[in-house]
Amino acid sequence: MERDHALELVAVEKRFTRKRGSEVVALAGVSLQVRRGEVVGILGPNGSGKSTLVRVVSTLILPDAGSVRVFGADALRHPRAAQRMMNRVSVEASFFKKLSAWENLMYSAKFYGVTTNEARPRIGDILEGVGFDVKRAHEPMEHLSRGMQQKVALARALLTSPMLMLLDEPTTGLDPRSKKDVQAVIERIRSEHDASILLCTHDMDEAESLCDRVGIMVNGQIVELDEPTALKRRYQKNGRLPNLEEVFMAVTGSSFSDAEERESAEAAA
Amino acid sequence: MHQTLTPRRATWLNELIAAWGFVQRNYYLTKRYFMWELVWFVYSAANAMSIGFIGVGVERSEAGQDVQRLTTFLLIGALLWSYLSMLFDILSETVSWERWEGTIEYTFMSPASRATHLIGTSIYAVIYGIIRTVIMFALISLFFDLELQGANYTSALVVLAIASISLVGFGMVTAVMPLLSPEKGQQVTMIFGSLLLLISGIYYPVDVLPGWMQAIATISPVTYALEGVRGALLDGENVSTLWPSIWPLLVMGAICVPLGLWVFHLGERYAKRTGRLKRSG
Ligand SMILES: Nc1ncnc2c1ncn2[C@@H]1O[C@H](COP(=O)(O)OP(=O)(O)OP(=O)(O)O)[C@@H](O)[C@H]1O
Ligand SMILES: [Mg+2]
Repeated sequence: MERDHALELVAVEKRFTRKRGSEVVALAGVSLQVRRGEVVGILGPNGSGKSTLVRVVSTLILPDAGSVRVFGADALRHPRAAQRMMNRVSVEASFFKKLSAWENLMYSAKFYGVTTNEARPRIGDILEGVGFDVKRAHEPMEHLSRGMQQKVALARALLTSPMLMLLDEPTTGLDPRSKKDVQAVIERIRSEHDASILLCTHDMDEAESLCDRVGIMVNGQIVELDEPTALKRRYQKNGRLPNLEEVFMAVTGSSFSDAEERESAEAAA
Repeated sequence: MHQTLTPRRATWLNELIAAWGFVQRNYYLTKRYFMWELVWFVYSAANAMSIGFIGVGVERSEAGQDVQRLTTFLLIGALLWSYLSMLFDILSETVSWERWEGTIEYTFMSPASRATHLIGTSIYAVIYGIIRTVIMFALISLFFDLELQGANYTSALVVLAIASISLVGFGMVTAVMPLLSPEKGQQVTMIFGSLLLLISGIYYPVDVLPGWMQAIATISPVTYALEGVRGALLDGENVSTLWPSIWPLLVMGAICVPLGLWVFHLGERYAKRTGRLKRSG
Protein backbone atom coordinates (compact mmCIF):
# COMPACT_ATOMS: atom_id res chain seq x y z
CA MET A 1 0.00 0.00 0.00
CA GLU A 2 1.34 3.41 -0.90
CA ARG A 3 1.24 6.31 1.54
CA ASP A 4 1.35 8.57 -1.46
CA HIS A 5 -2.23 7.76 -2.29
CA ALA A 6 -4.91 10.00 -0.91
CA LEU A 7 -7.43 7.34 -1.81
CA GLU A 8 -7.06 3.76 -2.83
CA LEU A 9 -9.97 1.48 -3.67
CA VAL A 10 -9.40 -2.14 -4.54
CA ALA A 11 -12.09 -4.31 -6.12
CA VAL A 12 -14.98 -2.64 -4.30
CA GLU A 13 -18.33 -4.32 -4.82
CA LYS A 14 -21.76 -3.28 -3.69
CA ARG A 15 -25.17 -4.63 -4.53
CA PHE A 16 -28.50 -3.41 -3.19
CA THR A 17 -31.63 -5.48 -2.73
CA ARG A 18 -34.70 -3.80 -4.16
CA LYS A 19 -38.18 -4.08 -2.72
CA ARG A 20 -39.24 -7.24 -4.53
CA GLY A 21 -36.00 -9.02 -3.86
CA SER A 22 -34.36 -8.13 -7.16
CA GLU A 23 -30.73 -7.06 -6.90
CA VAL A 24 -28.98 -4.05 -8.32
CA VAL A 25 -25.25 -4.10 -8.80
CA ALA A 26 -24.19 -0.58 -7.91
CA LEU A 27 -20.45 -1.20 -7.84
CA ALA A 28 -19.01 -4.11 -9.79
CA GLY A 29 -15.40 -4.29 -8.69
CA VAL A 30 -14.15 -0.71 -8.64
CA SER A 31 -10.44 -0.09 -8.24
CA LEU A 32 -9.24 3.48 -8.19
CA GLN A 33 -6.37 5.54 -6.90
CA VAL A 34 -6.26 9.24 -6.25
CA ARG A 35 -2.76 10.51 -5.68
CA ARG A 36 -1.91 13.15 -3.12
CA GLY A 37 -2.87 16.55 -4.50
CA GLU A 38 -4.57 15.05 -7.52
CA VAL A 39 -8.07 15.84 -8.80
CA VAL A 40 -9.81 12.81 -10.27
CA GLY A 41 -13.14 13.26 -12.01
CA ILE A 42 -15.77 10.58 -12.48
CA LEU A 43 -18.25 10.87 -15.33
CA GLY A 44 -21.04 8.42 -15.83
CA PRO A 45 -24.68 8.12 -16.78
CA ASN A 46 -27.43 8.23 -14.15
CA GLY A 47 -27.36 5.16 -11.98
CA SER A 48 -23.85 4.14 -12.96
CA GLY A 49 -22.76 4.11 -9.30
CA LYS A 50 -20.97 7.42 -8.76
CA SER A 51 -22.81 8.41 -5.60
CA THR A 52 -22.54 4.89 -4.23
CA LEU A 53 -18.79 5.11 -4.78
CA VAL A 54 -18.62 8.41 -2.88
CA ARG A 55 -20.78 7.03 -0.07
CA VAL A 56 -18.63 3.95 0.28
CA VAL A 57 -15.53 6.14 0.61
CA SER A 58 -17.21 8.42 3.12
CA THR A 59 -18.17 5.38 5.27
CA LEU A 60 -21.92 5.83 4.73
CA ILE A 61 -22.30 2.58 2.83
CA LEU A 62 -20.54 -0.64 3.74
CA PRO A 63 -19.40 -2.47 0.60
CA ASP A 64 -19.85 -6.23 0.12
CA ALA A 65 -16.24 -6.72 -0.87
CA GLY A 66 -13.04 -4.82 -1.51
CA SER A 67 -10.95 -2.36 0.44
CA VAL A 68 -10.90 1.40 0.87
CA ARG A 69 -7.91 3.31 2.18
CA VAL A 70 -7.71 7.02 2.85
CA PHE A 71 -4.09 8.15 3.21
CA GLY A 72 -3.29 4.60 4.22
CA ALA A 73 -6.03 4.35 6.86
CA ASP A 74 -8.45 1.48 6.36
CA ALA A 75 -11.82 3.21 6.04
CA LEU A 76 -13.75 -0.01 6.54
CA ARG A 77 -11.98 -1.39 9.57
CA HIS A 78 -10.85 1.82 11.26
CA PRO A 79 -13.24 4.45 9.95
CA ARG A 80 -12.42 7.03 12.64
CA ALA A 81 -8.95 7.79 11.32
CA ALA A 82 -10.18 8.00 7.73
CA GLN A 83 -13.21 10.12 8.62
CA ARG A 84 -11.03 12.74 10.25
CA MET A 85 -9.15 13.29 6.99
CA MET A 86 -12.01 13.75 4.57
CA ASN A 87 -15.26 15.55 3.99
CA ARG A 88 -17.92 15.56 1.35
CA VAL A 89 -20.17 17.90 -0.60
CA SER A 90 -23.11 16.37 -2.41
CA VAL A 91 -25.85 17.51 -4.78
CA GLU A 92 -28.12 18.19 -1.89
CA ALA A 93 -26.89 20.72 0.60
CA SER A 94 -28.54 18.97 3.64
CA PHE A 95 -28.70 21.46 6.48
CA PHE A 96 -31.09 22.26 9.27
CA LYS A 97 -33.05 24.70 7.14
CA LYS A 98 -34.24 26.91 10.00
CA LEU A 99 -30.74 27.36 11.39
CA SER A 100 -28.43 29.94 9.91
CA ALA A 101 -25.33 29.16 7.88
CA TRP A 102 -23.27 30.29 10.84
CA GLU A 103 -25.05 27.97 13.25
CA ASN A 104 -24.89 25.00 10.89
CA LEU A 105 -21.16 25.53 10.39
CA MET A 106 -20.46 26.14 14.05
CA TYR A 107 -21.98 22.96 15.38
CA SER A 108 -20.89 20.63 12.59
CA ALA A 109 -17.24 21.72 12.83
CA LYS A 110 -17.27 20.49 16.43
CA PHE A 111 -17.84 16.92 15.27
CA TYR A 112 -14.35 17.19 13.81
CA GLY A 113 -12.87 18.67 16.97
CA VAL A 114 -12.92 22.31 15.85
CA THR A 115 -13.78 24.49 18.85
CA THR A 116 -15.86 27.66 18.79
CA ASN A 117 -12.76 29.80 19.23
CA GLU A 118 -11.01 28.09 16.34
CA ALA A 119 -14.05 28.17 14.10
CA ARG A 120 -15.14 31.75 14.72
CA PRO A 121 -12.38 33.55 12.79
CA ARG A 122 -12.29 30.87 10.09
CA ILE A 123 -15.99 30.79 9.27
CA GLY A 124 -15.83 34.38 8.08
CA ASP A 125 -12.70 33.76 6.02
CA ILE A 126 -13.98 30.57 4.48
CA LEU A 127 -17.41 31.98 3.65
CA GLU A 128 -15.73 34.92 2.00
CA GLY A 129 -13.42 32.54 0.20
CA VAL A 130 -16.31 30.63 -1.33
CA GLY A 131 -17.97 33.89 -2.40
CA PHE A 132 -20.76 33.81 0.15
CA ASP A 133 -22.17 37.16 1.20
CA VAL A 134 -21.10 37.09 4.85
CA LYS A 135 -23.86 39.53 5.82
CA ARG A 136 -26.34 36.73 5.22
CA ALA A 137 -24.57 34.23 7.44
CA HIS A 138 -27.11 34.72 10.21
CA GLU A 139 -30.24 34.25 8.13
CA PRO A 140 -32.07 30.94 8.22
CA MET A 141 -30.69 28.69 5.47
CA GLU A 142 -34.15 28.30 3.96
CA HIS A 143 -33.94 31.94 2.81
CA LEU A 144 -30.85 31.23 0.73
CA SER A 145 -30.76 30.23 -2.92
CA ARG A 146 -29.51 26.80 -3.88
CA GLY A 147 -26.28 28.30 -5.13
CA MET A 148 -25.66 29.98 -1.80
CA GLN A 149 -26.56 26.84 0.11
CA GLN A 150 -24.07 24.91 -1.98
CA LYS A 151 -21.39 27.43 -1.06
CA VAL A 152 -22.18 26.89 2.60
CA ALA A 153 -21.88 23.15 1.99
CA LEU A 154 -18.40 23.75 0.58
CA ALA A 155 -17.58 25.90 3.58
CA ARG A 156 -18.80 23.17 5.94
CA ALA A 157 -16.36 20.76 4.36
CA LEU A 158 -13.46 23.24 4.22
CA LEU A 159 -13.88 24.19 7.86
CA THR A 160 -12.69 20.73 8.91
CA SER A 161 -9.49 21.05 6.83
CA PRO A 162 -10.02 17.85 4.85
CA MET A 163 -7.05 16.32 3.03
CA LEU A 164 -9.45 14.44 0.78
CA MET A 165 -12.53 16.16 -0.63
CA LEU A 166 -15.37 14.10 -2.03
CA LEU A 167 -17.51 16.19 -4.37
CA ASP A 168 -20.66 14.54 -5.70
CA GLU A 169 -22.14 16.76 -8.41
CA PRO A 170 -21.46 19.97 -6.47
CA THR A 171 -22.58 22.19 -9.35
CA THR A 172 -25.61 20.28 -10.64
CA GLY A 173 -28.67 22.50 -10.77
CA LEU A 174 -26.82 25.75 -10.21
CA ASP A 175 -27.19 28.74 -12.51
CA PRO A 176 -24.18 29.53 -14.71
CA ARG A 177 -22.81 32.18 -12.39
CA SER A 178 -23.09 30.10 -9.21
CA LYS A 179 -21.61 27.22 -11.13
CA LYS A 180 -18.59 29.31 -12.11
CA ASP A 181 -18.22 30.48 -8.50
CA VAL A 182 -18.28 26.96 -7.13
CA GLN A 183 -15.86 25.75 -9.79
CA ALA A 184 -13.50 28.57 -8.91
CA VAL A 185 -13.62 27.44 -5.29
CA ILE A 186 -12.79 23.88 -6.29
CA GLU A 187 -9.88 25.19 -8.33
CA ARG A 188 -8.64 27.05 -5.25
CA ILE A 189 -9.12 24.09 -2.93
CA ARG A 190 -6.64 22.17 -5.00
CA SER A 191 -4.12 24.98 -5.38
CA GLU A 192 -4.25 26.62 -1.94
CA HIS A 193 -5.51 23.93 0.36
CA ASP A 194 -3.35 21.17 -0.99
CA ALA A 195 -6.31 18.79 -0.90
CA SER A 196 -6.87 15.75 -3.06
CA ILE A 197 -10.25 15.65 -4.75
CA LEU A 198 -12.63 13.05 -6.12
CA LEU A 199 -15.20 14.87 -8.24
CA CYS A 200 -18.32 13.23 -9.69
CA THR A 201 -20.01 15.33 -12.32
CA HIS A 202 -22.20 15.36 -15.41
CA ASP A 203 -20.49 18.46 -16.72
CA MET A 204 -17.85 17.65 -19.34
CA ASP A 205 -16.23 21.08 -19.30
CA GLU A 206 -16.02 20.99 -15.54
CA ALA A 207 -14.33 17.60 -15.64
CA GLU A 208 -11.94 18.71 -18.32
CA SER A 209 -10.92 21.98 -16.74
CA LEU A 210 -10.68 20.84 -13.11
CA CYS A 211 -9.41 17.29 -13.28
CA ASP A 212 -5.97 15.78 -13.75
CA ARG A 213 -7.53 12.49 -14.68
CA VAL A 214 -11.06 11.60 -15.68
CA GLY A 215 -12.73 8.25 -15.19
CA ILE A 216 -15.82 7.07 -16.97
CA MET A 217 -18.14 4.84 -15.04
CA VAL A 218 -20.64 2.49 -16.63
CA ASN A 219 -22.78 -0.07 -14.81
CA GLY A 220 -20.75 0.09 -11.64
CA GLN A 221 -17.37 -0.18 -13.31
CA ILE A 222 -14.76 2.40 -14.16
CA VAL A 223 -14.15 1.51 -17.77
CA GLU A 224 -11.74 4.29 -18.66
CA LEU A 225 -9.47 6.39 -16.47
CA ASP A 226 -6.84 8.70 -17.83
CA GLU A 227 -5.85 12.27 -18.49
CA PRO A 228 -8.46 14.01 -20.63
CA THR A 229 -6.06 14.43 -23.57
CA ALA A 230 -5.04 10.78 -23.42
CA LEU A 231 -8.69 9.73 -23.41
CA LYS A 232 -9.38 11.86 -26.45
CA ARG A 233 -6.40 10.50 -28.28
CA ARG A 234 -7.58 6.99 -27.57
CA TYR A 235 -10.94 7.68 -29.13
CA GLN A 236 -9.87 9.74 -32.08
CA LYS A 237 -11.42 8.84 -35.37
CA ASN A 238 -9.92 9.49 -38.78
CA GLY A 239 -7.28 11.68 -37.21
CA ARG A 240 -9.81 14.02 -35.60
CA LEU A 241 -9.50 14.50 -31.82
CA PRO A 242 -12.97 14.15 -30.22
CA ASN A 243 -14.08 16.35 -27.34
CA LEU A 244 -14.76 14.82 -23.93
CA GLU A 245 -18.46 14.57 -24.59
CA GLU A 246 -17.85 12.51 -27.69
CA VAL A 247 -15.52 10.27 -25.71
CA PHE A 248 -18.23 9.92 -23.06
CA MET A 249 -20.80 9.01 -25.71
CA ALA A 250 -18.48 6.50 -27.28
CA VAL A 251 -17.64 4.84 -23.97
CA THR A 252 -21.16 4.79 -22.57
CA GLY A 253 -22.70 3.83 -25.92
CA SER A 254 -21.92 0.29 -24.74
CA SER A 255 -22.05 -3.01 -26.64
CA PHE A 256 -19.41 -4.94 -28.50
CA SER A 257 -19.63 -3.12 -31.77
CA ASP A 258 -18.15 -0.13 -29.99
CA ALA A 259 -15.19 -2.14 -28.87
CA GLU A 260 -14.70 -3.33 -32.44
CA GLU A 261 -14.99 0.18 -33.74
CA ARG A 262 -12.46 1.26 -31.18
CA GLU A 263 -10.01 -1.36 -32.24
CA SER A 264 -10.35 -0.42 -35.84
CA ALA A 265 -10.05 3.23 -34.94
CA GLU A 266 -6.87 2.50 -33.05
CA ALA A 267 -5.56 0.47 -35.94
CA ALA A 268 -6.28 3.37 -38.27
CA ALA A 269 -4.52 5.87 -36.02
CA MET B 1 -6.52 28.11 5.17
CA HIS B 2 -5.46 24.50 5.15
CA GLN B 3 -2.24 25.49 6.85
CA THR B 4 -4.13 26.73 9.89
CA LEU B 5 -5.01 23.12 10.67
CA THR B 6 -6.71 22.57 13.96
CA PRO B 7 -4.29 21.25 16.55
CA ARG B 8 -4.11 17.49 17.04
CA ARG B 9 -5.81 16.57 20.26
CA ALA B 10 -6.37 13.48 22.34
CA THR B 11 -9.38 11.46 21.18
CA TRP B 12 -11.31 12.03 24.40
CA LEU B 13 -10.89 15.77 24.01
CA ASN B 14 -12.19 15.64 20.46
CA GLU B 15 -15.18 13.64 21.68
CA LEU B 16 -15.83 16.25 24.35
CA ILE B 17 -15.79 19.01 21.74
CA ALA B 18 -18.15 16.94 19.57
CA ALA B 19 -20.51 16.36 22.52
CA TRP B 20 -20.59 20.10 23.01
CA GLY B 21 -21.43 20.38 19.31
CA PHE B 22 -24.53 18.23 19.78
CA VAL B 23 -25.61 20.25 22.80
CA GLN B 24 -25.06 23.46 20.86
CA ARG B 25 -26.95 22.20 17.83
CA ASN B 26 -30.04 21.33 19.83
CA TYR B 27 -29.81 24.64 21.65
CA TYR B 28 -29.80 26.44 18.29
CA LEU B 29 -32.83 24.42 17.23
CA THR B 30 -34.72 25.30 20.41
CA LYS B 31 -33.89 28.94 19.83
CA ARG B 32 -35.07 28.90 16.20
CA TYR B 33 -38.24 27.00 17.03
CA PHE B 34 -38.86 29.10 20.14
CA MET B 35 -42.52 29.73 19.30
CA TRP B 36 -43.15 25.99 19.19
CA GLU B 37 -41.32 25.52 22.47
CA LEU B 38 -43.53 28.17 24.00
CA VAL B 39 -46.67 26.56 22.64
CA TRP B 40 -45.58 23.19 23.96
CA PHE B 41 -44.80 24.73 27.35
CA VAL B 42 -48.24 26.33 27.58
CA TYR B 43 -49.86 23.06 26.57
CA SER B 44 -47.94 21.03 29.15
CA ALA B 45 -48.55 23.57 31.90
CA ALA B 46 -52.27 23.74 31.13
CA ASN B 47 -52.42 19.96 31.05
CA ALA B 48 -50.70 19.66 34.43
CA MET B 49 -52.91 22.30 35.97
CA SER B 50 -56.13 20.80 34.68
CA ILE B 51 -55.09 17.53 36.28
CA GLY B 52 -54.25 19.39 39.49
CA PHE B 53 -57.75 20.84 39.54
CA ILE B 54 -59.22 17.34 39.43
CA GLY B 55 -57.61 16.89 42.83
CA VAL B 56 -58.99 20.17 44.12
CA GLY B 57 -62.44 19.22 42.85
CA VAL B 58 -62.61 16.15 45.04
CA GLU B 59 -64.59 17.03 48.16
CA ARG B 60 -62.58 16.82 51.35
CA SER B 61 -65.56 15.11 53.06
CA GLU B 62 -65.32 12.11 50.72
CA ALA B 63 -63.83 9.24 52.68
CA GLY B 64 -61.49 11.55 54.54
CA GLN B 65 -59.62 12.21 51.33
CA ASP B 66 -56.73 14.61 51.83
CA VAL B 67 -57.23 17.09 48.98
CA GLN B 68 -53.90 18.84 49.34
CA ARG B 69 -52.03 15.58 49.23
CA LEU B 70 -54.00 14.30 46.25
CA THR B 71 -53.39 17.51 44.31
CA THR B 72 -49.69 17.32 45.05
CA PHE B 73 -49.64 13.65 44.07
CA LEU B 74 -51.26 14.45 40.71
CA LEU B 75 -49.09 17.47 39.95
CA ILE B 76 -45.88 15.57 40.69
CA GLY B 77 -47.09 12.97 38.22
CA ALA B 78 -47.89 15.53 35.53
CA LEU B 79 -44.59 17.43 35.88
CA LEU B 80 -42.46 14.35 36.07
CA TRP B 81 -44.13 12.83 33.05
CA SER B 82 -43.62 15.97 30.98
CA TYR B 83 -39.91 15.80 31.86
CA LEU B 84 -39.33 12.07 31.52
CA SER B 85 -41.36 11.67 28.34
CA MET B 86 -39.27 14.40 26.75
CA LEU B 87 -36.06 12.53 27.64
CA PHE B 88 -37.55 9.39 26.22
CA ASP B 89 -38.62 11.08 22.95
CA ILE B 90 -35.68 13.35 22.29
CA LEU B 91 -33.34 10.86 20.60
CA SER B 92 -36.03 9.38 18.42
CA GLU B 93 -37.21 12.82 17.45
CA THR B 94 -33.74 14.12 16.73
CA VAL B 95 -32.83 11.09 14.65
CA SER B 96 -35.95 11.39 12.48
CA TRP B 97 -35.39 15.11 12.17
CA GLU B 98 -31.82 14.51 11.03
CA ARG B 99 -33.07 12.01 8.52
CA TRP B 100 -35.63 14.45 7.10
CA GLU B 101 -33.06 17.19 6.75
CA GLY B 102 -30.47 14.77 5.41
CA THR B 103 -27.89 15.91 7.95
CA ILE B 104 -27.66 12.39 9.38
CA GLU B 105 -25.22 11.48 6.60
CA TYR B 106 -22.95 14.30 7.70
CA THR B 107 -23.22 13.25 11.33
CA PHE B 108 -22.47 9.63 10.49
CA MET B 109 -19.44 10.42 8.34
CA SER B 110 -17.87 12.61 11.01
CA PRO B 111 -15.32 11.10 13.40
CA ALA B 112 -17.57 11.79 16.43
CA SER B 113 -18.50 8.48 18.06
CA ARG B 114 -22.08 7.28 18.27
CA ALA B 115 -21.96 7.38 22.08
CA THR B 116 -20.96 11.04 21.89
CA HIS B 117 -23.74 11.69 19.39
CA LEU B 118 -26.48 10.11 21.50
CA ILE B 119 -25.24 11.17 24.91
CA GLY B 120 -24.50 14.74 23.76
CA THR B 121 -28.04 15.08 22.44
CA SER B 122 -29.45 13.66 25.68
CA ILE B 123 -27.39 16.00 27.85
CA TYR B 124 -29.04 18.93 26.15
CA ALA B 125 -32.46 17.39 26.76
CA VAL B 126 -31.68 16.93 30.47
CA ILE B 127 -30.54 20.54 30.88
CA TYR B 128 -33.44 21.94 28.89
CA GLY B 129 -35.95 19.64 30.58
CA ILE B 130 -34.83 20.62 34.07
CA ILE B 131 -35.07 24.34 33.32
CA ARG B 132 -38.49 23.87 31.78
CA THR B 133 -39.76 21.77 34.68
CA VAL B 134 -38.50 24.23 37.29
CA ILE B 135 -40.31 27.10 35.55
CA MET B 136 -43.48 25.05 35.24
CA PHE B 137 -43.24 24.04 38.89
CA ALA B 138 -42.89 27.67 39.96
CA LEU B 139 -45.86 28.63 37.83
CA ILE B 140 -48.03 25.84 39.16
CA SER B 141 -47.23 26.49 42.79
CA LEU B 142 -48.79 29.93 42.36
CA PHE B 143 -52.14 28.27 41.67
CA PHE B 144 -52.18 25.39 44.11
CA ASP B 145 -51.75 24.72 47.78
CA LEU B 146 -49.15 22.00 47.70
CA GLU B 147 -48.24 19.62 50.47
CA LEU B 148 -44.49 20.04 50.42
CA GLN B 149 -43.80 21.02 54.04
CA GLY B 150 -41.72 17.97 54.81
CA ALA B 151 -40.32 17.52 51.30
CA ASN B 152 -36.80 16.17 50.91
CA TYR B 153 -35.65 17.90 47.73
CA THR B 154 -32.17 16.41 47.74
CA SER B 155 -33.35 12.83 47.61
CA ALA B 156 -35.95 13.80 44.98
CA LEU B 157 -33.12 15.15 42.83
CA VAL B 158 -31.06 12.01 43.32
CA VAL B 159 -33.96 9.84 42.15
CA LEU B 160 -34.57 12.16 39.22
CA ALA B 161 -30.93 12.10 38.15
CA ILE B 162 -30.78 8.31 38.19
CA ALA B 163 -34.15 8.02 36.45
CA SER B 164 -32.94 10.37 33.71
CA ILE B 165 -30.17 7.92 32.84
CA SER B 166 -32.55 4.97 32.47
CA LEU B 167 -34.98 7.02 30.38
CA VAL B 168 -32.16 8.09 28.08
CA GLY B 169 -31.23 4.41 27.76
CA PHE B 170 -34.83 3.51 26.91
CA GLY B 171 -34.84 6.34 24.39
CA MET B 172 -31.64 5.02 22.76
CA VAL B 173 -33.19 1.62 22.19
CA THR B 174 -36.23 3.11 20.47
CA ALA B 175 -34.22 5.71 18.50
CA VAL B 176 -33.00 2.90 16.28
CA MET B 177 -36.48 2.72 14.73
CA PRO B 178 -36.49 6.15 13.03
CA LEU B 179 -32.95 5.42 11.90
CA LEU B 180 -34.32 2.61 9.77
CA SER B 181 -37.55 4.35 8.77
CA PRO B 182 -38.29 7.90 9.92
CA GLU B 183 -42.07 7.74 9.83
CA LYS B 184 -42.75 4.22 11.07
CA GLY B 185 -40.03 4.66 13.65
CA GLN B 186 -41.71 7.67 15.20
CA GLN B 187 -45.00 5.82 15.26
CA VAL B 188 -43.42 2.99 17.22
CA THR B 189 -41.82 5.43 19.67
CA MET B 190 -45.16 7.13 20.20
CA ILE B 191 -46.98 3.86 20.95
CA PHE B 192 -44.19 2.87 23.31
CA GLY B 193 -44.42 6.25 25.05
CA SER B 194 -48.17 6.01 25.53
CA LEU B 195 -47.75 2.54 27.02
CA LEU B 196 -45.34 4.02 29.57
CA LEU B 197 -47.92 6.71 30.33
CA LEU B 198 -50.65 4.15 30.88
CA ILE B 199 -48.85 1.64 33.07
CA SER B 200 -46.41 3.71 35.13
CA GLY B 201 -48.92 5.15 37.60
CA ILE B 202 -48.57 8.77 36.68
CA TYR B 203 -52.00 9.90 37.89
CA TYR B 204 -52.89 6.92 40.09
CA PRO B 205 -51.12 4.35 42.21
CA VAL B 206 -49.95 1.39 40.12
CA ASP B 207 -51.98 -1.03 42.29
CA VAL B 208 -55.29 0.17 40.82
CA LEU B 209 -54.23 -1.38 37.50
CA PRO B 210 -55.21 -4.89 36.37
CA GLY B 211 -52.63 -7.47 37.33
CA TRP B 212 -51.04 -7.88 33.92
CA MET B 213 -50.52 -4.13 33.62
CA GLN B 214 -48.95 -4.07 37.07
CA ALA B 215 -46.54 -6.71 35.85
CA ILE B 216 -45.46 -4.51 32.96
CA ALA B 217 -45.21 -1.54 35.31
CA THR B 218 -42.41 -3.27 37.18
CA ILE B 219 -40.12 -2.94 34.15
CA SER B 220 -40.92 0.73 33.52
CA PRO B 221 -38.36 3.15 34.96
CA VAL B 222 -41.09 5.79 35.15
CA THR B 223 -42.86 3.72 37.83
CA TYR B 224 -39.83 3.81 40.12
CA ALA B 225 -39.08 7.45 39.32
CA LEU B 226 -42.58 8.42 40.43
CA GLU B 227 -42.51 6.26 43.54
CA GLY B 228 -39.17 7.70 44.51
CA VAL B 229 -39.94 11.35 43.85
CA ARG B 230 -43.34 11.12 45.53
CA GLY B 231 -41.79 9.44 48.55
CA ALA B 232 -39.20 12.22 48.76
CA LEU B 233 -41.58 15.14 48.24
CA LEU B 234 -44.73 13.95 50.00
CA ASP B 235 -43.25 11.93 52.82
CA GLY B 236 -39.78 13.45 53.12
CA GLU B 237 -38.08 10.11 52.64
CA ASN B 238 -34.29 10.02 52.34
CA VAL B 239 -32.06 8.15 49.94
CA SER B 240 -31.77 5.07 52.13
CA THR B 241 -35.52 4.64 52.67
CA LEU B 242 -36.01 5.26 48.94
CA TRP B 243 -33.57 2.48 48.05
CA PRO B 244 -36.36 0.14 46.82
CA SER B 245 -37.09 2.71 44.08
CA ILE B 246 -33.47 3.64 43.45
CA TRP B 247 -31.87 0.26 42.85
CA PRO B 248 -34.21 -0.77 40.01
CA LEU B 249 -33.45 2.55 38.33
CA LEU B 250 -29.73 1.97 38.72
CA VAL B 251 -30.04 -1.51 37.26
CA MET B 252 -32.15 -0.27 34.33
CA GLY B 253 -29.73 2.54 33.60
CA ALA B 254 -26.78 0.16 33.74
CA ILE B 255 -28.53 -2.18 31.32
CA CYS B 256 -30.35 0.25 29.01
CA VAL B 257 -27.57 2.68 28.16
CA PRO B 258 -25.08 0.05 26.95
CA LEU B 259 -27.94 -1.92 25.38
CA GLY B 260 -29.19 1.21 23.62
CA LEU B 261 -25.73 2.01 22.27
CA TRP B 262 -25.32 -1.54 21.06
CA VAL B 263 -28.75 -1.71 19.41
CA PHE B 264 -28.16 1.66 17.77
CA HIS B 265 -24.77 0.48 16.54
CA LEU B 266 -26.39 -2.61 14.98
CA GLY B 267 -29.06 -0.40 13.40
CA GLU B 268 -26.41 1.88 11.99
CA ARG B 269 -24.50 -1.03 10.45
CA TYR B 270 -27.70 -2.39 8.97
CA ALA B 271 -28.57 1.03 7.53
CA LYS B 272 -25.09 1.35 6.05
CA ARG B 273 -25.25 -2.11 4.53
CA THR B 274 -28.66 -1.61 2.96
CA GLY B 275 -28.21 2.03 2.00
CA ARG B 276 -31.03 3.37 4.17
CA LEU B 277 -29.47 6.65 5.12
CA LYS B 278 -29.63 8.40 1.81
CA ARG B 279 -32.42 10.70 0.79
CA SER B 280 -31.43 11.05 -2.83
CA GLY B 281 -28.49 11.84 -5.09
N1 LIG C 1 -29.64 3.14 -1.09
C1 LIG C 1 -29.93 2.44 -2.19
N2 LIG C 1 -30.84 1.46 -2.16
C2 LIG C 1 -31.11 0.75 -3.28
N3 LIG C 1 -30.54 0.98 -4.48
C3 LIG C 1 -29.64 1.95 -4.56
C4 LIG C 1 -29.28 2.74 -3.42
N4 LIG C 1 -28.35 3.65 -3.81
C5 LIG C 1 -28.14 3.43 -5.12
N5 LIG C 1 -28.91 2.41 -5.57
C6 LIG C 1 -28.91 1.90 -6.95
O1 LIG C 1 -27.57 1.68 -7.34
C7 LIG C 1 -27.33 2.17 -8.65
C8 LIG C 1 -26.27 3.25 -8.63
O2 LIG C 1 -26.81 4.40 -8.03
P1 LIG C 1 -25.98 5.74 -7.77
O3 LIG C 1 -26.84 6.65 -7.01
O4 LIG C 1 -24.68 5.37 -7.18
O5 LIG C 1 -25.76 6.28 -9.24
P2 LIG C 1 -25.19 7.68 -9.75
O6 LIG C 1 -24.12 7.36 -10.73
O7 LIG C 1 -24.81 8.53 -8.63
O8 LIG C 1 -26.42 8.29 -10.52
P3 LIG C 1 -26.82 9.85 -10.73
O9 LIG C 1 -25.98 10.33 -11.85
O10 LIG C 1 -28.26 9.77 -11.11
O11 LIG C 1 -26.57 10.56 -9.47
C9 LIG C 1 -28.68 2.63 -9.16
O12 LIG C 1 -29.27 1.56 -9.89
C10 LIG C 1 -29.47 2.90 -7.92
O13 LIG C 1 -30.84 2.71 -8.13
MG1 LIG D 1 -25.42 10.45 -7.93
